[in-house]
Amino acid sequence: TPEEKALVIGLWAKVNVKEYGGEALGRLLVVYPWTQRFFEHFGDLSSASAIMNNPKVKAHGEKVFTSFGDGLKHLEDLKGAFAELSELHCDKLHVDPENFRLLGNVLVCVLARHFGKEFSPEAQAAYQKVVAGVANALAHKYH
Amino acid sequence: MSLTKAERTIIITMWSKVSTQADSIGTEALERLFASYPQTKTYFPHFDLHPGLAQLRTHGSKVVAAVGDALKSVDNISGALSKLSELHAYILRVDPVNFKLLSHCLLVTVATRFPADFKAEAHAAWDKFLSIVSSVLTEKYR
Repeated sequence: TPEEKALVIGLWAKVNVKEYGGEALGRLLVVYPWTQRFFEHFGDLSSASAIMNNPKVKAHGEKVFTSFGDGLKHLEDLKGAFAELSELHCDKLHVDPENFRLLGNVLVCVLARHFGKEFSPEAQAAYQKVVAGVANALAHKYH
Repeated sequence: MSLTKAERTIIITMWSKVSTQADSIGTEALERLFASYPQTKTYFPHFDLHPGLAQLRTHGSKVVAAVGDALKSVDNISGALSKLSELHAYILRVDPVNFKLLSHCLLVTVATRFPADFKAEAHAAWDKFLSIVSSVLTEKYR
């Protein structure tokens, strides 16, 4: 709905993409260690603090959040917006789409942590819709 | 799957803070559940689910109390939650997928209230603990 879009975009404007992106990706790798399978080339992932401080994790997290932010400009057509990335994740990266759902929920937790009460149940509900939409869009071109 | 010593320590330490807001945390988690996942309301046709109402508060505090009970007997969560496990299996028959949804909403609620404590290791420990509680609650389903 227009209200949900406003909530999502309003909150995203306050997001520190670099910091929160790195934190989200790091948390994915800490909370769901099996996701590390895609990042063996990232160097030291041996402990939570190694992961959270790993420069490659931070850089990649920033990339992911930047892409997500770009997607927010195309809420009407997420499938179109993420078509190329979808092909990449299937054909080159071979990532199980379940991982997009896991990352989406981690993103929600990171926003909750940084925005506290401002991340109301309504804001969360709006974001849950968006992360589900993005996850589906990224899975759309899988074959 | 069981908690490591380090994970237990993290959760028990945080619990001393969490338990001081137990009722409102339980209530908020349920509000978030119903807002984000409206299909979960189908289990509560007999409730008035408007935020702030008594039924939601009562139920929310029940949920968090059960989580607290599981923590008190963290070596034997299965035993501690045995009655609840039977209730969910034979009477409530809540589809297992919903435990993940409520666990996520509990995490989000804790994250909004305790940002400094909710570090990556704490996030992992809580996620794992709630996942164990969820398994116990569904272990008698079939």
